[in-house]
Amino acid sequence: MKRASPPLAWLAFVWFMLLAAPLWLPYIGGYTALGSRVLVLGLAAMSLNFLLGFTGVLSFGHAAYFGLGAYGAGLTLKLLAPSTPLAILLGVALGTAAGAILGALIARRRGVYFAMVTIAFGQVFYFIAFRWNTLTGGDDGLRGFSRQPIDLGFFRVDILNNLNAFYYFVLFCFAVAVAIMGFLLRSPLGRTLIAIRENERRARFLGIPVDQHIWLSFVISCAFVSMAGSLYALLNNFADPKSLHYTQSGDFVIMAVMGGMRSFWGPLLGAAVFVVLQDYLSSVTTNWQSLIGLMFIVVVLFFPRGFLGFVQRRIQS
Amino acid sequence: MELILFNGFNGLIIGAFYVLMALGLSLILNLSGVINFAHGGFLAIGGYLAYTISPYVGFWAALVIAPALTACLGIAIERTMIRRLYGRDPLYSLLLTFGLAFIFEDMTRAIWGAQGLPFSPPSFLNQPISLDYFFVTYYRLFMMAVVGIIVLGLFLFLRYTRLGVRIRAGTLDLETVSALGVNVRALRTMNFGIGIFLAGLAGVLAGGNLSLEPTMGANVLMPSFVAIIVGGVGSLPGTLFGGLLIGVASGLTTVWFPSASEAVIYIIMAVVLLVRPRGLMGEEGIMS
Repeated sequence: MKRASPPLAWLAFVWFMLLAAPLWLPYIGGYTALGSRVLVLGLAAMSLNFLLGFTGVLSFGHAAYFGLGAYGAGLTLKLLAPSTPLAILLGVALGTAAGAILGALIARRRGVYFAMVTIAFGQVFYFIAFRWNTLTGGDDGLRGFSRQPIDLGFFRVDILNNLNAFYYFVLFCFAVAVAIMGFLLRSPLGRTLIAIRENERRARFLGIPVDQHIWLSFVISCAFVSMAGSLYALLNNFADPKSLHYTQSGDFVIMAVMGGMRSFWGPLLGAAVFVVLQDYLSSVTTNWQSLIGLMFIVVVLFFPRGFLGFVQRRIQS
Repeated sequence: MELILFNGFNGLIIGAFYVLMALGLSLILNLSGVINFAHGGFLAIGGYLAYTISPYVGFWAALVIAPALTACLGIAIERTMIRRLYGRDPLYSLLLTFGLAFIFEDMTRAIWGAQGLPFSPPSFLNQPISLDYFFVTYYRLFMMAVVGIIVLGLFLFLRYTRLGVRIRAGTLDLETVSALGVNVRALRTMNFGIGIFLAGLAGVLAGGNLSLEPTMGANVLMPSFVAIIVGGVGSLPGTLFGGLLIGVASGLTTVWFPSASEAVIYIIMAVVLLVRPRGLMGEEGIMS
């Protein structure tokens, strides 16, 4: 099962395209905020894939932790302090803490059962955000906050008004998160997780405490997805209860599967396709939901390994 | 006291819907390992079909025909799409039915409109049985009776008929059942159809109780999952008990703390998972 990591040229290409995105996006009909959206949702899908693709456990409730990150960041800016880094930090802390507590209840389940329990627990946070009007704004979502310029001491980055600056800020956060995830996957921990994915029973016989590793992987995954969530709140200056709903979790899963869940970069590709498609379809037809549903079906029936998996197979054969 | 009775009874009604939904979901999950996310979509379609055909055939016939038509749609989808995914990672059937749920909801909205539609049972059923208990209408009692009969019928069917015994056997060990010469493909299709019939029936009954809305099914889907988990995956009596339990619990919570009426069922689930991870009536080792 050992697969060589992508050639350096590919990696350089990916980063080059991401760095230059504000320059080339307008030429293909995109805009910088769309690029930021792809990065944020791509990070969420890649975080989910840490669990789904590299530990082999299906979580269908990741929107909950994504949304907790978003609400954590929004509430920090609104009630605590006008500081963007603090907002992200507390958003991540909230999502990770929730993931750690619920993960302890979930980590012993497997397969379909794991998926069901994660979906069901995820909905708790949706209902809290939906019902707790005084704190969260209920159905209307959390408003009344905005991301704050970043003060580097000698230099101020105005990420609020300069969309390109905000894109690069998101890209910076994305790069840090992705680097940590990549590092973790190469570490003994990551190898152990892949061993569990490949054959749980054998891993258990080797003396690996499987449940603890799945819990740890779940928590790591929640930490990164809540980071994506806090960036999402900063991107929109708004937190929406829908971002906690299980349909959002489904979107993350399809991004990961569509891009290719056995590859590290696949979910980013999936997120790009999904975001662009949704953006385009919702502007041309009111029945875009059906078309997104159709996309789910087409991916499952014809591209179960995702686009990258499909391409890899073609190259190999 | 009045308020407690009122909300407890409401909870029982809602619990009965959860039971119909969750039993269908459970049947499909147990035999085929598929979490049917589109189950709520089927429920809505059942209700809307009854709305469309009842002017021609009347309420009573619609109560049977609409679920049957829904089941046919379900069987068609099982044969063309879901069947290809048996034996693969449950991820794929989950995503497929998830996509179907999007399509169903959107199509229901496109065909019948986003606004709620009134769907009334015969007027004599809408009378309350007494003025003291205005909330106990004949229709609600009738619904309870239908659900009771259906559940009893389902359990007798699974216990005493050849097909029912095969479904139960297949839940335990599909390979052996297949080796004994049972056509497993057909068995799964029948089983799927039965599950969808229950969803469609729940849709017709729910439409008469409140009104028809495209999202009516999606709203019952999550509590039905919770009912299955609380009752114990793999156990149909558990699903029955779980559905009633969370329905009544959520109804009673409305009395004291209305904004927590949705969240309470998840709290119950968390407690059950902590104290008894396999669910209240779940068997050791199944899908844990």
